[in-house]
Amino acid sequence: MEHIRTPKVEQVKLLDRFSNKSVTGTLHLTATHLIFVESNSTSAQEIWILHHHIASVEKLSLTTSGCPLLIQCRNFRVVHFVIPRERDCHDIYSSLLRLLRPVSYDELYAFSYNPKQNDQQREEGWQLIDLAAEFERMGVPCDQWQLTDVNREYKVCETYPRDLYVPITASKPIIVGSSKFRSKGRFPVLTYFYQEKKAAVCRCSQPLSGFSARCLEDEHMLQAISKSNHNSRYIYVMDTRPKLNALANRAAGKGYENEDNYSNIRFQFVGIENIHVMRGSLQKLLEVMGTRSLSMTDYLVGLENSGWLRHIKAIMDAAIFLARAVTVEGASVLVHCSDGWDRTAQVCALGSLLMDPYYRTIKGFMVLIEKDWISFGHKFADRCDQLDPDPKEVSPIFTQFLECVWQLTEQFPQAFEFSEWFLIQIHEHVHSCQFGNFLGNSQRQREDLQLKERTYSLWAHLLSEKQNYLNPVYSPSFAESHPVLEPSTQAYHFKFWRNMYHQYDRSMHPRQSILKHVLTLKESNRELEGTVQALKTKLQKFGVSTSPLKPQTPPRERSLPPRPQSLILGAPLLSRKEVQQEEDEEVIGEEAREDAPASTGGERTVEGNSATENGYGELKESFGSKNEPSVVTLEFGVARMTC
Amino acid sequence: MASAADLHSELFLNALTQVSSRFIGSLGTIIVKCKDLRVIQLDIPGMEECLNIASSIEALSTLDSVSLMYPFFYRPLFEVIEDGWQLFVPEEAFKDLESMTDEWRLSEVNKDFSVCPSYPSLLTVPKDIDDESLCKAASFRHGGRFPVLSYYHKKNGMVMMRAAQPLTGTNGRRCKEDEKLINATLCAGKRGYIIDTRTIAVAQQAKARGGGFEQEANYPQWRRIHKAIERSNVLQESLIKLVEACNDQSHSMDRWLSKLEASNWQSHVKEILTTACLAAQCIDREGASVLVHGTEGTDSTLQVTSLAQIILDPACRTIRGFEALIEREWLQAGHPFQQRCAQSAYSNGKPRSEAPVFLLFLDCVWQILRQFPCSFQFNENFLIMLFEHTYASQFGTFLGNSVGERVKLQLSQKTVSLWSWVNRPQEMERFLNPLYEPNNLVIWPSVAPQSLLLWEGVFLRWNRSTKCLDEAYQEMVHIIEYNKELQNKVNSLRRQLAQLETEDNPLQTP
Repeated sequence: MEHIRTPKVEQVKLLDRFSNKSVTGTLHLTATHLIFVESNSTSAQEIWILHHHIASVEKLSLTTSGCPLLIQCRNFRVVHFVIPRERDCHDIYSSLLRLLRPVSYDELYAFSYNPKQNDQQREEGWQLIDLAAEFERMGVPCDQWQLTDVNREYKVCETYPRDLYVPITASKPIIVGSSKFRSKGRFPVLTYFYQEKKAAVCRCSQPLSGFSARCLEDEHMLQAISKSNHNSRYIYVMDTRPKLNALANRAAGKGYENEDNYSNIRFQFVGIENIHVMRGSLQKLLEVMGTRSLSMTDYLVGLENSGWLRHIKAIMDAAIFLARAVTVEGASVLVHCSDGWDRTAQVCALGSLLMDPYYRTIKGFMVLIEKDWISFGHKFADRCDQLDPDPKEVSPIFTQFLECVWQLTEQFPQAFEFSEWFLIQIHEHVHSCQFGNFLGNSQRQREDLQLKERTYSLWAHLLSEKQNYLNPVYSPSFAESHPVLEPSTQAYHFKFWRNMYHQYDRSMHPRQSILKHVLTLKESNRELEGTVQALKTKLQKFGVSTSPLKPQTPPRERSLPPRPQSLILGAPLLSRKEVQQEEDEEVIGEEAREDAPASTGGERTVEGNSATENGYGELKESFGSKNEPSVVTLEFGVARMTC
Repeated sequence: MASAADLHSELFLNALTQVSSRFIGSLGTIIVKCKDLRVIQLDIPGMEECLNIASSIEALSTLDSVSLMYPFFYRPLFEVIEDGWQLFVPEEAFKDLESMTDEWRLSEVNKDFSVCPSYPSLLTVPKDIDDESLCKAASFRHGGRFPVLSYYHKKNGMVMMRAAQPLTGTNGRRCKEDEKLINATLCAGKRGYIIDTRTIAVAQQAKARGGGFEQEANYPQWRRIHKAIERSNVLQESLIKLVEACNDQSHSMDRWLSKLEASNWQSHVKEILTTACLAAQCIDREGASVLVHGTEGTDSTLQVTSLAQIILDPACRTIRGFEALIEREWLQAGHPFQQRCAQSAYSNGKPRSEAPVFLLFLDCVWQILRQFPCSFQFNENFLIMLFEHTYASQFGTFLGNSVGERVKLQLSQKTVSLWSWVNRPQEMERFLNPLYEPNNLVIWPSVAPQSLLLWEGVFLRWNRSTKCLDEAYQEMVHIIEYNKELQNKVNSLRRQLAQLETEDNPLQTP
């Protein structure tokens, strides 16, 4: 609390990002949140912003109405306050600057967050995901693959987990030798086993080959992987980088596998760009999308120039290549990039999701993230800027993975147990630092931080509100008929994910949500089935029983799924207690208040529906002006007739 | 000769726009491009046969005379229960209006289509304006299209009118009757808006050709707003480019986005929707009456007036209401369907009057439907069906360019109306939106580019597999129907129980 100089400022204006609308309210600064409470309103909207979500705070130049403060968040929320007094603005500004840059892990929200659970519940939460059980599910260990204890003390590779699976024939000296020839010691290990063809997906980092170096142990290692699969004489080695990048790495003593030195490998570049390109790409995308009164041309040109969808497609293409090699050719594949924790994680995780329907369920998706991202050391702390920021390390690698999954849900609406809200919610918490799962850069670091003892697991939290994230049209039988997804990679299938990148820009979204509506119906069906049963039993009893019947009790009113707090209609409700950064009571459009029919249920109303909010244009001159109107458009929220 | 081109479809020859053939050895290949944007390849052994077929198709698909067209030969295989030709007559619409206001009258001034050839014989005009003034106003408007009522907003009594551009010319002609006519729609002390769908520059240029726009000095009670909806030839080019982009499967991500952008189609959608929202905003929010016009008043004008009604009037979101809207604001209002919807996107050469004006309107409706999926009684299939039938149909509804032409062609006697077929319960089933729940709200769509999508159901229809999407849709329908079924069951069980209860009670407590 010592960083908070001014805990409360009144008469603060909140400006809408895309229109001229504004609301007045009070700004509160707490140890964990920045809170804006609208005043003088029946619906009194509240906005809760977690400090960890704030990416940047900017003080803009003073205006007549006060001092503007622009806050951009990692969950793509942008808020624009105008604070009447410059002094208050400066206080808030400097407090936030300090608060959003925690200097030690202990300052992260996860260590103070307490959902009122006892130790046992917390432990159970952490036990939900068991990776050993996951490898068992895949059929490992087996006659060809075994668990090695070589990394028990994190001595061979400190960014890998303790438990690693390697070919039976790979002896310890081979493993150690191979690890010395791989960047950061990340030697080839198993991440997914395709039981049907006994084909393995392995991952590692780039070899330290330079221009000519070779390593017999590493060559043996690849041979061992190859030999463990009798279905195929060769293995694929996928270098997920563009060839140019790999070549450049050779000068630094790193590089890629020389096909001449490794027997029976098929080497392949895939061409996914590095973290810096991805960071720049997202920045460009957000810049364009944040433009006021954006024209269609600027939107499409901006979308193209950002390259964002091109990168998404590149990742998808790579994952499809991987899935085909494994499921069609029955070949094992070794995937790497530079360090093997960004592009490699994207491709392995997405490839596994294409091959295995289990990963398309809620639980399975958690397992997948736990395995390919958390345990194999995707550097969440660095990439998501959790602590001690190095701007060069930040990159939306995990966001891209979530988006790829979303693109798949658009092509296969029945293949996933979860809806996009699940993906968006995970994204929210990767940045919230509210739960322990994504803290730190590696398993070892997480153990040092004693996260399991000191923080709570996100997965338990998400499972407890599972019904919010269900996809109502999910069909388990679809998984049976489509065990392997074969998405089309035609460019027109890749779309801008509005619900992610404009999550908080209410005016852009459909005002009626099919998803929410169908989810409600499905839930209601379950209850009605119960009611039918109950009534039937009653009727049966009626015939025999002589006791007077009690007056009928109406079936309990359903409460699920609850009204959304997110700005998008149909977004699941997040309880304020848990996720306080969610905000905004919905303002129901004027029409809805005026003459909404009584029969219209909450989920059916047309929400936030007003003409001014959509900003069809702005009235530049008032009616009385004598000027020749050239191109004049209207914004009636502002216009006043002077007749 | 309707050739069975693929397993489950019959192609009508008037649905084809382009035929080309080529040969490899003696195997001939005919490429047929259809007006619904499908492309079909027929392999025919034998050079001569192939050439014969190609030339026959070509000849039959490019008939010049309207009276040789399919609707004149089509005999329905169903019984016409409700004649679509009689469904939407102006008198009926006027009766509704009369119940709300007595400010308007039905004029027969155009009964022989001489005052305005593109208008219907009955027109709704202000009560106080006599037919003579109407004729004078007509001579001041392009094509004789004087201002007439398009929509009456029940909530506040404001109106939307439409017309063609005034013929002010370079020397600023004026017409007292025209001024009086539109002023008659304003309440005392109130002002109105004139929405000119053209940019000010285009409107200025129109003066040189005798056209123009309303001068402030002569229309002091009106405020003019210029928007930028493109002319029809530009729209046609846009459609051709868009379809080309959609059909090329080899695009990289960047190339696809840049082609999509270069087609400008989405920009047109945005501009038209924005203008319609503006008109609706003037009426509903500002409480002002509106006059909409472009140049001829038969294209962009109708896009704006019809979309504004969908936004404002819940009745237009039902199937019957939407049909009535198309009848009123497009067919009777004189949109030249036959000229505009002759060849679709694969036209050989450049027919000057071809333009996807109506398709753009449907696209805009689809955008609103996407944003308010529970507010429409019909679904996307209904819109796609309309798109198909405007270009090629066995029904006479979209033949001709105006009511006058349709009367001359005796369409109502010689052909079957599309509505006669569509409104049959068997057909209707496909077009019903399972999510529909009527609401009386004004629905304001978002016009941000992020909110507007490419209408894949039309433009990617033949290029992508929709199996997974269709199955998911079926599952959704199933959930909704199951819910209704369960609710009925619960109700009937309850009734049964209640009945038993009352029957039983007297015995219980004698």
